[in-house]
Amino acid sequence: MTDQPGWIKLAQGPDGAVLQAGGAWTVQHVADLDRQVASLPRERAAQALDLAEIEAIDTAGAWLLARATGQGERREVPWRNLPAEFQPLAQRVLTAGPKVVPDRPRARTLIDWVADIGEGVAAVLNDALNLIAFFGEFVLAAGRVILKPRRFRWTPLLVHIEQTGINALPIVGLISFLVGVVLAYQGAEQLRQFNAEFLTVNMVGISVLREMGILLTAIVVAGRSGSAFTAQIGTMQVSEEVDALRTMGLDPMEVLVLPRVTALVITLPILTFFADIMGLLGGGVMYSVLVDQTFGQYVGRLNDVVGAKEFWVGMAKAPVFAILIALVGCFEGLRVTGSAESVGKLTTRAVVEGIFLVIIFDALFSIMFSMLRI
Amino acid sequence: MPGRDPNVIEIRSLVNRFGQQVLHDGLDLDVRRGEVLGVVGGSGSGKSVLLRTIIGLNRPAEGDIRVLGQSTRELDDEALRRLQARWGVLFQNGALFSSLTVAENIQAPMRERGDISAELMDELAGLKVKLVGLPIDAMVKYPSQLSGGMRKRVGLARALALDPEVLFLDEPTAGLDPIGAADFDQLIRSLQQSLGLTVVMITHDLDSLVTICDRIAVLVDRKIKVGTLDELMRDPHPWIQSYFHGPRARAAGIAAD
Repeated sequence: MTDQPGWIKLAQGPDGAVLQAGGAWTVQHVADLDRQVASLPRERAAQALDLAEIEAIDTAGAWLLARATGQGERREVPWRNLPAEFQPLAQRVLTAGPKVVPDRPRARTLIDWVADIGEGVAAVLNDALNLIAFFGEFVLAAGRVILKPRRFRWTPLLVHIEQTGINALPIVGLISFLVGVVLAYQGAEQLRQFNAEFLTVNMVGISVLREMGILLTAIVVAGRSGSAFTAQIGTMQVSEEVDALRTMGLDPMEVLVLPRVTALVITLPILTFFADIMGLLGGGVMYSVLVDQTFGQYVGRLNDVVGAKEFWVGMAKAPVFAILIALVGCFEGLRVTGSAESVGKLTTRAVVEGIFLVIIFDALFSIMFSMLRI
Repeated sequence: MPGRDPNVIEIRSLVNRFGQQVLHDGLDLDVRRGEVLGVVGGSGSGKSVLLRTIIGLNRPAEGDIRVLGQSTRELDDEALRRLQARWGVLFQNGALFSSLTVAENIQAPMRERGDISAELMDELAGLKVKLVGLPIDAMVKYPSQLSGGMRKRVGLARALALDPEVLFLDEPTAGLDPIGAADFDQLIRSLQQSLGLTVVMITHDLDSLVTICDRIAVLVDRKIKVGTLDELMRDPHPWIQSYFHGPRARAAGIAAD
């Protein structure tokens, strides 16, 4: 390996100007050589390129020399005296050239931007339609299995209950407890100004049971399990396992989607119940610290002001959110194509869409409950 | 070139073990400059592990490996990176970065250098694409848009990005149809000759062994036996006998019927 970079210069010979190059024209020095070639006089007055003093050359170096001498152009400068050992490489590079850069794509215009917006909107609407169609297929598959319960797959159901439910208990419990603490703290601070600290109990009770418990649980589960569903099914899609299922006459909807959705419909209400308890507990702990009352008094007041209705309003949303999260997770997983990158992209989408739909439906529930005066 | 070490790779008493299983036990191997060496062996005999050990992805339990005159064990990170720039690797399925286009894949090792202008990188990537026999408009495509044979060629172009001296190929013709495999063999041979490469290729393809390998290294009994095809044909070892005299060897025209 020669460590001295190569050189190129214009020299006056007996029969006019001649370019001379020598040294190591290798990729190690390619940036330096690139600058040297660029600083050569623009007009190609040279009669030839003399390569007698080349000590080492590789494809990068040969390419730079080819470019410097305008190979393939009309005013091509011929090469001469290249040592024989480098001839095959030079031939190889010269036959690969001259045109090695594809045409640049056309510059974008305002119309392209507008068209992009239109395509984006159409894609979103199309996705929504596909998701609704997917829900329809799911209902049909569920119907088939209900008519023939022997076809239901119990083992995956239990596995998914463990993964999405039992394993999620610590994080859901901790988050709910802390949110209960924060609600009680903020509430008591504000309500103290009106000497109405005792109303903190109403506030914590109603907000945890109606909204916070279920919403936090749904968001945690969308992040934890919705994404896991997409990644699991997506990876199976990449390794053609889903296609293998289809060729065996097994419906991915029955084998993959149904157990996951069922598992989440079972676990999300249980997790919500747990989150409710932990949220109320956190609120109570903070309340008894901030306000001059015992935890027992907190529980007693909670019992007086918060009815079972509040609990059921929150709980009723759980199965619906469960179906939304699990369906979106499976739907995006089955849309994975080919690459590992697409698994990552669609997993992110599953989480974002899952949380988005949960919040949309939460708002719809609020409107519905207020119209029903619940 | 005068004064150069004739051996590009020297492996001395290499030992590789995973748990109880010993894969290589006192393995020696020399790879000569400018040759195409084929590495064969039964499934699980440790061909890929040997390759991974040479290129530094796997730390051997014992033994010394010198690549291009430098012992990979003694080098610090910086020196190892410089050494790694002097070899190129084509993994079995191409191992292309799926989020990058063909051009960006080939430029990835160049970009790491940091001193090559964007314009020159485009040109060099295009040159590599043409050298491996792909059309220039493949440069803007993503790996998922390419066929298996094209992906291998892009992988080869990426391995050649920094003009390495040594090229490691892991089953380059696996998964290609016979015509594609023969084309790929010829491509490797012609690149090896014109660019002056030393090639180490793991292969199961008997046709590749016959047509492009100068010598063959056989992994048997946790060691390596090296020789030309003719020498190995005469070796009495039972595995080598059944490998070079089996029905597939006859089909490839190695052994007489």
